[in-house]
Amino acid sequence: MTHSPHTAPQATSRGRRNWPARLAAMALMAATQLTWAVNDLPGGPSVLQTDLPPPATKIAAAQQDLHVMMLWICGVIFVGVFGVMFYSVFAHRKSKGAKPASFHESTTVEIIWTVIPFLIVIGMALPATKVVVAQKDTTNADLTIKATGYQWKWGYDYLNGPGQGISVISTLDASQRALSDAGTPQGDNYLLKVDEPLVVPVGKKVRIITTANDVIHSFMVPAFGIKQDAIPGFVRDTWFRAEKTGDFYGQCAELCGKEHAYMPIHVRVLPEDEYLAWADARLKAQAAKADDPNKVWELDALVARGQKVYDANCAACHQASGKGGGAIKALDASPVVLDADKTKQIMVLLNGQNNIMPAWRQLSDTEIAAVITFTKNQWSNKTGQIVQPADVLAARK
Amino acid sequence: MSAVLDHGGHAHDDHAHDHPHGWRRWVYATNHKDIGTLYLLFSFTMLLIGGVLALGIRAELFQPGLQFVNPELFNQLTTMHGIIMVFGAIMPAFVGMANWMIPLQIGASDMAFARMNNFSFWLMIPAALLLVSSFFMPGGAPAAGWTLYAPLTLQMGPSMDAGIFAMHILGASSIMGSINIVVTILNMRAPGMTLMKMPMFVWTWLITAYLLIAVIPVLAGAITMTLTDRHFGTSFFNPAGGGDPIMYQHIFWFFGHPEVYIMILPAFGIVSQIVPAFARKPLFGYHSMVYATASIAILSFIVWAHHMFATGMPVTGQLFFMYATMLISVPTGVKVFNWVATMWKGSMTFETPMLWAVGFIFVFTMGGFTGLICSMAPIDTQIQDTYYVVAHFHYVLVAGSLYALYAGVYYWAPKWSGVMIPEWKGKIHFWGSLITFNVTFFPMHFLGLAGMPRRYADYPMQFADFNMVASIGAFGFGLMQVFFLFVVLIPMMRGKGEPAPQKPWEGAEGLEWEVPSPAPFHTYETPPKLDATATRVIG
Repeated sequence: MTHSPHTAPQATSRGRRNWPARLAAMALMAATQLTWAVNDLPGGPSVLQTDLPPPATKIAAAQQDLHVMMLWICGVIFVGVFGVMFYSVFAHRKSKGAKPASFHESTTVEIIWTVIPFLIVIGMALPATKVVVAQKDTTNADLTIKATGYQWKWGYDYLNGPGQGISVISTLDASQRALSDAGTPQGDNYLLKVDEPLVVPVGKKVRIITTANDVIHSFMVPAFGIKQDAIPGFVRDTWFRAEKTGDFYGQCAELCGKEHAYMPIHVRVLPEDEYLAWADARLKAQAAKADDPNKVWELDALVARGQKVYDANCAACHQASGKGGGAIKALDASPVVLDADKTKQIMVLLNGQNNIMPAWRQLSDTEIAAVITFTKNQWSNKTGQIVQPADVLAARK
Repeated sequence: MSAVLDHGGHAHDDHAHDHPHGWRRWVYATNHKDIGTLYLLFSFTMLLIGGVLALGIRAELFQPGLQFVNPELFNQLTTMHGIIMVFGAIMPAFVGMANWMIPLQIGASDMAFARMNNFSFWLMIPAALLLVSSFFMPGGAPAAGWTLYAPLTLQMGPSMDAGIFAMHILGASSIMGSINIVVTILNMRAPGMTLMKMPMFVWTWLITAYLLIAVIPVLAGAITMTLTDRHFGTSFFNPAGGGDPIMYQHIFWFFGHPEVYIMILPAFGIVSQIVPAFARKPLFGYHSMVYATASIAILSFIVWAHHMFATGMPVTGQLFFMYATMLISVPTGVKVFNWVATMWKGSMTFETPMLWAVGFIFVFTMGGFTGLICSMAPIDTQIQDTYYVVAHFHYVLVAGSLYALYAGVYYWAPKWSGVMIPEWKGKIHFWGSLITFNVTFFPMHFLGLAGMPRRYADYPMQFADFNMVASIGAFGFGLMQVFFLFVVLIPMMRGKGEPAPQKPWEGAEGLEWEVPSPAPFHTYETPPKLDATATRVIG
């Protein structure tokens, strides 16, 4: 493993100094106020929610039924066992003159209380089996979407069905991360707000194929009753059929590095006609926006484009300052970035490096060219070099 | 422990001339009682360190938004809290109890391999230093979670290698400790102490030691493969080279699930000794307790993938692991029924050890119920990797293992130290811990059902209220352990308190109560002659 010779990441300054005062202020808050200025988020979490969310699919409803059944079973056993125990605790006390009995075994009793739990377990397993089988049946989907976990965003590719060909990258809204850093959260959809949601039609069977680009992530939408790990190098699948329209939220559920808490999932369920209209418009817009990899760019335009790509993809690790930190290498004054041989940096972006830097093949040729050009001309890097999309296209082969 | 720490002041001393004094007594220790003391003090130190890390987590989660730590440091806190508590606090604490009590309970003069015993303790010190110092290494401490899932481990800095090295050392220590315990129990029992007359604590440790010998090498394999993936170009788990990250999880949990029982079976043993002592009535169903322990241990090898329902196993895999997991609840339930039946029509008193034992049964069983709920794969789809799981395993590891450890400490401390712990101290510690524990962890069930993922440095605002309650509870729970340190432990080690009689608990039975309090440096140097029940020395 390579690692840059930096010190341990320190709690970065903003908002984290003067913590004794903060602690006092927070204690005061706790004493005066136990609820925040926040409302339930339909399709997402509710304030003081104590149960599974309202189900939006049959599977989620079945899971909730199982959970209610389990609470009843456990509740009855709880009352039975601890009723006996606490009766004994109060009645069979030495201080009340209780004399100890001397029995210490009874084969009959022991067989009974082994067999009964065994039967209860079978009674629990049968309904659960049905739901497991239903959950795993991903056949006959109306729409197939590949969800790819990236550090730290989701990519959605519509592979099959209406909307085939749509590609969406869904990132946490930048304002949310800043609010988190500042310690000033606000809004009912705090940390759940994304730039572009996953859009699906209501009442259709949607198969989600998961995979990942770097480490394991997990695609979770509680209202749909789905959670499927997204595993690099492998594909897995799950499915849902939303019964109602609206917005539904989830978050990445497998530890995936420092921004684990900042890659939410937002699914928008539309009526079928609206979905078809959206898909049509999205495909047209996508075609219009597509860059011609053979276009020759001016330096300034490419740097400006690269700045956007950098902010959206690179700044989370390499920092806006390009200084990196910890195991993350600095781009500012980096020998690879400054190198006159442009292919070196192109290869790092296409293939990743040392398992720390992920591969960024999913970006377009123009985006990769732009961001490399940007880093070659930003901070103290004033190389004047320009990488054209055609260079990237050539390197891909 | 005072009598162990200062010597010479007691009439029935101690062969003080034939063992080293001062620091040499501890560094060169070969006496099982000294090594037991070292283990217990070490594990309590690690408990406090792990607790400070936990309070760092809870301070950050007190409110939404980032206040104290950044997400990098937050992940380091959760990771190291888990590793330190599992490998540094809970496991060594049970080994410490085993060292102190097993030779006393089976009438042996010491552990079978006295020098290896010394080595297995002192190996833990460099490992602990490596773990704690990893926070100051470049890139900070490991931050991939205590489960160290690939390929996230490939992204970690050099502290990951330090962590792997430390876990190897701890593993070696555990294996040596286990072999020592197995050999001691099988070879060094006093004549008449047949296997089926052994105290439950000895039985549970015998089974636990076999589990450790079976699975620690599996962990060693998993982390060695991680190491070679990181440095030597192998691709066991690295998908970029054709490796399989899910294989890591299978290997890890093949270790990890028996590990859960390694941390709870000795707890069952402690509780199975304390409940009869304070109910003044023999343990109900001793034989079935032994068989239930063995069944739990065997079943623990075939349930590992219930930690992995969300990875997307085939339907038959999910069903198999769901059924097998549910099955484990049967022998576990039998144990609870046996404890309750032991209490039934007893003549109970509630001194501190009994309070912790009854508290254990009550709160651990709640962890058992949530375990049953987690075992159901469709429900697990909702709660896997959420705070529900965090609540569940703290109910079994804190309210289970830690409560049983405290029960054992209060039960046997008079034998160790020669002084009684005043009841009011133990009662404050117990009730304070019981209440704050539930304030901390009960709301986490709600957070998990509502969908709050674990290992999150920041969370949507709807989760704020229960997080605040949990954080307040956590600081209270931490405070109760500081109370234990200053008000219970240190005065006891200084020898303050009423002198303890040889058998301080009226209903207690077993060979440990056949030697004076504090236990002399050497006990049972010649094999004692036992009565028919193997609980009394008759010559």
